[in-house]
Amino acid sequence: MSDRLPGFSTLAVHAGAQPDPTTGARATPIYQTTSFVFNDADHAASLFGLQAFGNIYTRIGNPTNAVLEERVAALEGGTAALAVASGHAAQVVVLQQLLQPGDEFIAARKLYGGSINQFTHAFKSFGWNVVWADPDDISSFERAVTPRTKAIFIESIANPAGSITDIEAISTVARKAGVPLIVDNTLASPYLIRPIDHGADIVVHSLTKFLGGHGNSLGGIIVDAGTFDWSTGGKYPMLSEPRPEYHGIRLQETFGNFAFAIACRVLGLRDLGPALSPFNAFMILTGIETLPLRMQKHCDNAKAVAEYLAGHPAVASVSYAGLPSDKYNQLARKYAPKGAGAVFTFSLKGGFDAGVSLVSKLQLFSHLANVGDTRSLVIHPASTTHSQLDDAAKVKSGAGPDVVRLSIGIEDKEDLIADLEQALGA
Amino acid sequence: MNHDAYPDNYIRGILNSVKSIAMVGASPVNVRPSYFAFKYLAQRGYDMIPINPGHVGKDLLGKPFVASLSDIGRPVDMIDIFRNSSHIMPVVEEALRLDPLPKVIWMQLGARDDAAAAKAESVGIKVVMNRCPKIEYGRLSSEISWMGVNSRTLSSKRAPAPTQGMRLSLNRMSVGGGDTAASDRAAKNKTEQS
Repeated sequence: MSDRLPGFSTLAVHAGAQPDPTTGARATPIYQTTSFVFNDADHAASLFGLQAFGNIYTRIGNPTNAVLEERVAALEGGTAALAVASGHAAQVVVLQQLLQPGDEFIAARKLYGGSINQFTHAFKSFGWNVVWADPDDISSFERAVTPRTKAIFIESIANPAGSITDIEAISTVARKAGVPLIVDNTLASPYLIRPIDHGADIVVHSLTKFLGGHGNSLGGIIVDAGTFDWSTGGKYPMLSEPRPEYHGIRLQETFGNFAFAIACRVLGLRDLGPALSPFNAFMILTGIETLPLRMQKHCDNAKAVAEYLAGHPAVASVSYAGLPSDKYNQLARKYAPKGAGAVFTFSLKGGFDAGVSLVSKLQLFSHLANVGDTRSLVIHPASTTHSQLDDAAKVKSGAGPDVVRLSIGIEDKEDLIADLEQALGA
Repeated sequence: MNHDAYPDNYIRGILNSVKSIAMVGASPVNVRPSYFAFKYLAQRGYDMIPINPGHVGKDLLGKPFVASLSDIGRPVDMIDIFRNSSHIMPVVEEALRLDPLPKVIWMQLGARDDAAAAKAESVGIKVVMNRCPKIEYGRLSSEISWMGVNSRTLSSKRAPAPTQGMRLSLNRMSVGGGDTAASDRAAKNKTEQS
């Protein structure tokens, strides 16, 4: 066949998954093994020395996980990927390759509350200093750049309010500063937004959400766009300098445009240890096969529910970028024309108490701390996911006390609206 | 040839047809990329010739070092150049004086010299720049997928199980699996800047 480029849905089913060479199994087997035999001593030495491609130990790589990695790399348009135990693990592994103690990274203020905590507290103890910027004011990113800045981190669709980030504008700031742009694409999934097409150098995901889709398996992934030159100025020694762990190999000159993914694997995953279970990789892979179908249904349902809420007398406001009146609607049309995602917030005229009452009365919506499930979910961020922020930071991140967050599932939209109707009305 | 994006069939055709490869700049140091590529290609059955004037009298994985292309003394199908872009032209000029001419001149990751490429192509030599034959071989045989690399190949056919010394399923036709726009853009930007 020719070099015809397959479409997104074809990649979602096929990329990375070829029939098993040994058994002919068509579904990807779960290689539930810790270790892999070597052909001989030279083969073992070649694998440990990164001279050969192959499997050693599941903390470094596993054939089931590798299918997942190639699948997501293909869907995102990247050169390679590395699957890890969770979205949080992906963030640790990425920044470990980029920052030395005392370095800084700039992060958008509107992020998943867990990321805000991780950046503010855990990373501070590593000497990785986060500097916050406002995704609605691009100049705040420019002002935050210092000689110690090593990366910029944003979410494509930002938790909790589903606001859309101007990826291209921020990628211009990153390019000017000579640092990579990291985009957390969890809430969009590559079906809605492919950040690499807009200038991202690294994409991370919590696979736990829309990619896995079923709320049954934790996972995270790092996608290398292959776009960043790590060799300039000695700013990124993990990639550009001889690595003592590997007898002096320079990863960028050896692995070219997928050197970052290799660094995350052989320096990050190998030494920090947050490996993904092959069983979880299998569950997530199965979910990804239907990503395009699910994601469209999530978005169509979310738009219908947002429209219903916007017209309800008990609702003070709805933040959903898919509504024409929303402040992020222009950005949504540009970056996510197929749909503005399925996670958004609204606030009730009755404030905090009305929010608590709503959550308790809902019968179909599940009250829990996750998003991107097939089931519709509801949560009160101020008392849960964003509870560790102070009041001002809660409001700034879109999680004020009167705000309720929804993650719309793939049920029938009429049933979701009826559930909200009974819970709001009584 | 558009040197910003090679069709898979172009690369596949080269890797399937060449038998002997002279590697200019082959290093005996076992953490250098040239050593990695030399060993890998030798294990895949290619007749490898290490070229490095600094190591004549020694051998690389059992193959004696040769001082220069003109000292090989027998025809070679492909010349794989492990040198910086600024050192490419003299090597290509030397290659063009060989009789018979090589069929392919390959420049490694990061190496690109469009003028040298044009010279070689004008006498019918196929040219590849800014690529690694080890990576391309691993990609087209899907072997590199074990490292989570986007091989950009799709296939519903079973690959032969890899065993020592065998050539992997390079002949198995596949559908291109996803674009490389971003990586090629990066390579192009880098070239334009330099």
